[in-house]
Amino acid sequence: MSDGQRNTRILSIVTGVAMLVAMGMLFFYLPQMKGESGQLLDNSFNIFYFHLPIALVAYLAFTVVFLSSAQFLRSGEHRWDVLSASSAQIGVIFAFLVLITGSIWANATWGWYWIWEPRLTTSLALFLVYLAYLLMRQAVDEPEARARLSAVFGIVGFLSVPLSFLSIRLWRSAHPLMFGDATYGGAGGGLEGTSLQLTLVMNFIAFVLLYATLLMYRVHNEQIQEKINTKKRSME
Amino acid sequence: MISGLHIAAKDLREEMRTKQMLNSMIVFSLLVIVIFSIAFEDIISSSNMVSMIAPGALWITFIFAGSLGLSRSFAAELENGCLEGLKLCPVERSEIYIGKVIAGIVLMFFVELVTVPIFSVLFNYPIDGLFSLMVIIVLGTIGFVVVGTLLSALTVNTRTREVLLPVLLLPLVIPVIIPSVLATARVLTGGGIVDVLQEIRLLVVYDVVFFIVAYLVFEHILQD
Repeated sequence: MSDGQRNTRILSIVTGVAMLVAMGMLFFYLPQMKGESGQLLDNSFNIFYFHLPIALVAYLAFTVVFLSSAQFLRSGEHRWDVLSASSAQIGVIFAFLVLITGSIWANATWGWYWIWEPRLTTSLALFLVYLAYLLMRQAVDEPEARARLSAVFGIVGFLSVPLSFLSIRLWRSAHPLMFGDATYGGAGGGLEGTSLQLTLVMNFIAFVLLYATLLMYRVHNEQIQEKINTKKRSME
Repeated sequence: MISGLHIAAKDLREEMRTKQMLNSMIVFSLLVIVIFSIAFEDIISSSNMVSMIAPGALWITFIFAGSLGLSRSFAAELENGCLEGLKLCPVERSEIYIGKVIAGIVLMFFVELVTVPIFSVLFNYPIDGLFSLMVIIVLGTIGFVVVGTLLSALTVNTRTREVLLPVLLLPLVIPVIIPSVLATARVLTGGGIVDVLQEIRLLVVYDVVFFIVAYLVFEHILQD
């Protein structure tokens, strides 16, 4: 077993444990949520501990795509292309999960699965941009051109996302702001209490680890794919 | 910059000789507007409802017609190895981009010049605030063509370029479509240029940011 494989295995075990701990904290560690007047809030809020980390990991994944795309254009090294392709694939799945968990939560609290609102629409735009990114990778056969063109799209696509957010913000917002000042709509909510923050941090760590593990497997897969392709070509 | 203008002039001269793209774009946008006015017949007849769909319909028309033109912007160069010739020109690659953007914008202005009056007639909709509307249309078109030209070059060598271009383009122009539609709606319902400053600012930012980025990365697209 090579070093890389051993590292991947260790990382996946750590990730598994972290996910279990994070989920256990959700079910056994968190206190019951109470509203301002002391009534028991329903548990639908708990999906938030998935929703936020997944969203942040999706942003992280797309930032990795952006940075490695820029690195590829600068250096022309093949491994940066592998990295951005792998990260984009994982990012699209996470972006999709953000939409799913968000919709479930929205239906439980607002009563609709979907409303046209800045955060939601931005997440959708993000998802669509990187879906297009994957489609574009599929459409180019020649590996060198594919790497170059998708790197350009990776950069341009990433830049469109904050602008989407700003443009959509011209509409009214209903999404709760967890951090930072509210620049539109009402003031932000906040998380009070150590146990809640701890659970959130643990979930965040677990999801980042999950991303890292998946990324390692994806990169490994791409490398194997590459080897097969070279073998194929040499046999022709 | 000057050589960019030459390339734009070449494109426009070529277009004016055949008027192939211009005619199809104008007829296409006319058809889209006709279909909209048929589909929303009931809404158009009531004057307060029409302002809710008119801006969206107008921009959808522009964007559909625009994607048609953009997909030909580089694909037309594939014939007779023109793209190779263009690459061999003793100019920076980014000059080619500037030329294509200018030609694309001019072409779209022609289409919009014809479309807006037809839209006004078929939607039974008086257009006030022509100046504000012009500013918004110009800024929105620039943003759309700036990104579209980059993606047109990007998809020109792919297998499914006619399908791929709109798929790549539409998510990226969300930040153009939203402020443009919002601002158009506000102007058409009697707002002045002051009421749409926020949207205009956003459009200017988009135009500038994407022009600079596209200008910088363009040479990587036409590499070989």
